[in-house]
Amino acid sequence: MALAVEGLVCIRGERQLFSDVNFRLAAGEALLLRGPNGSGKSSLLRLLAGFLPAASGRVLRDEEARLFYVGHQDAVKPQLSTEDNLVFWARLLGLDDAEAQRQSVAALEAAGLSRQRRLPGRYLSAGQKRRLALARLLVAPADLWLLDEPTNALDTAAVAWLGGVLATHRTSGGMVILASHVDVPLPDARRLDLPEGRLS
Amino acid sequence: MLHALANPARFLRLMGAIRPYAAAVAVIGLVVGLGWGLLYSPPDYQQGETVRIMYIHVPAAWMAMFIYAAMAVASATALIWRHPVAELAAKASAPVGAAFTLICLITGSLWGKPMWGTWWVWDARLTSMLILFFLYLGYIALWEAFDDPSRAGRAAAILALVGAVNLPIIKFSVDWWNTLHQPASVMTLAGPKIHPDILWPLLITAIGAKGYYVWVLSLRVRAEILQRQARILRFSAATDRRAG
Amino acid sequence: MMKVFLAIVGRDLRLGFGAQGAMMTTLLFFVLAVSLFPLGVGPEPQILARIAAGVIWVAALLAAMLSLDRLFQTDQEDGTLDLLAQAPLPLGLVALAKTLAHWLTTGLPLTMIAPLLAVMMQMDLAVMPVLLLALLLGTPSLSLIGAIGAALTLGARRGAVLVPLITLPLVIPVLIFGVGAVEAASYGLTASPHLLLLGAFLAGTLTLSPFAIAGAIKLALE
Repeated sequence: MALAVEGLVCIRGERQLFSDVNFRLAAGEALLLRGPNGSGKSSLLRLLAGFLPAASGRVLRDEEARLFYVGHQDAVKPQLSTEDNLVFWARLLGLDDAEAQRQSVAALEAAGLSRQRRLPGRYLSAGQKRRLALARLLVAPADLWLLDEPTNALDTAAVAWLGGVLATHRTSGGMVILASHVDVPLPDARRLDLPEGRLS
Repeated sequence: MLHALANPARFLRLMGAIRPYAAAVAVIGLVVGLGWGLLYSPPDYQQGETVRIMYIHVPAAWMAMFIYAAMAVASATALIWRHPVAELAAKASAPVGAAFTLICLITGSLWGKPMWGTWWVWDARLTSMLILFFLYLGYIALWEAFDDPSRAGRAAAILALVGAVNLPIIKFSVDWWNTLHQPASVMTLAGPKIHPDILWPLLITAIGAKGYYVWVLSLRVRAEILQRQARILRFSAATDRRAG
Repeated sequence: MMKVFLAIVGRDLRLGFGAQGAMMTTLLFFVLAVSLFPLGVGPEPQILARIAAGVIWVAALLAAMLSLDRLFQTDQEDGTLDLLAQAPLPLGLVALAKTLAHWLTTGLPLTMIAPLLAVMMQMDLAVMPVLLLALLLGTPSLSLIGAIGAALTLGARRGAVLVPLITLPLVIPVLIFGVGAVEAASYGLTASPHLLLLGAFLAGTLTLSPFAIAGAIKLALE
């Protein structure tokens, strides 16, 4: 599994965010997107997730490769319990009820949300909601994770937990593309500066 | 052909070349057609002079439907081939179509007073025109509701297509409704029997109205293209200032 | 695929029936709107019976519009729309699942409470089965066409006003055939042409609107 991006151009509305973005990513590799606000980090992630069409250029990846996109919104329904929020995502991925339940409980355990399992989403703190959003990554395996500002509202312990999750994912051959304006524990990640598209 | 037209500069040149002819067709067609119809055509043996309203009412109704169809074709072109000028053409058509629809409604109402003794009658044609007017207004309102013009354009294009698919059904249902409640009423052009003295001015007016549509459309699309270029220039000037 | 479809329907039903859900508001609006007519036109039974079918259908149309603007909007605002778009289900079917949930929480309850309002409006009891059948065939079309409007206005200014504005002209056939069915039955004629037309309209909207809704949602995902 690998990902190749060639000559990508992104136009939002009527303005060009970036042009000629090129990079390749092999199994186990990570790419960190950096750049000022409005430089197109989020748009590049949405483009790779398939939500946004590219103005030009192409994205090459295996047809079967599975990708998860976690945006900067938590997508937590205030009326549903923490567990039901996660179970819904698991069922959305096609897991049957028992399996969805089992994976959700395990993911909540890992995210340190076991005690909040039955708590409606509206009572969760911002950091807890963020952890719930990230726990979605643990419910089912995927080859490529696209993460938009994943550390927002996380405390130091939770950032460290996320670092561990990312490391495990990469060890098993997964790829990560992550946009962040703060430091994220992502050792030997390559770095793409937007909007210039400079790779380092 | 399509992709050549997609280029705004070429489109502007083409439109610039067509515009004088469209303007000539519009002026000659409307002056001759309306002059003939309003001044020199025979009065109707039943309706008398009132029948002359038809020379405005019927071409306006034709244009109202023709422009909606044109809008739907432009919208389909915009969605399928991502054709930026088609989107603007659809946008520029809507107010023109809405205006013709309104003219049709007003003349229908004016004609209703002497004929039926009331300003408004829920006759099948007028009712369909009223619904068409609502469809135009909805389309325009959707265009106006977005800050991002490219988003607005594609949403409006989907709406225009949904409307175009639905319009024949609406027309059918209104006719159906009308026959249930009252007999179908007048101002119909009974096909083959129609007298040439009525038909010719009508056709000439209709051609003039089409010329007028092309003329106004080319002006409005040009304005839209220039406005978009101005927005882009203003934006890049603002970012340059920020960067510098 | 069916499992995923049902997961979406199930979640939306839970959200719709809950305290935050719009189901009760919609029903109350429907009852209130119909109750205003006797106050407006007077209580003469003949007049009420004459306008009953039209009043009930118009009120149902308006009530169905009431909660439409929120159909996709809450999911877009909190980021759930991104999750739905990642489901292994074509976006058109995702939209259909959400629309089904909308109908189950608006169109179906409206239909079930309509006989009560029909009695209040002095409608002939013999006509009731036709009214129910017409509502059952007509209200899904309202949800389907309404969902197009809801998806098109995602992220628009004044979406709540805009949805009825662009949707109501498109559902006029439902109103005409729906009222036609009830009136035909009340004159002792057969209602089946009207009901068949309602069914045909539903078949058309059921096939075509998922494409329009999916297209509109794709615009909102960008």
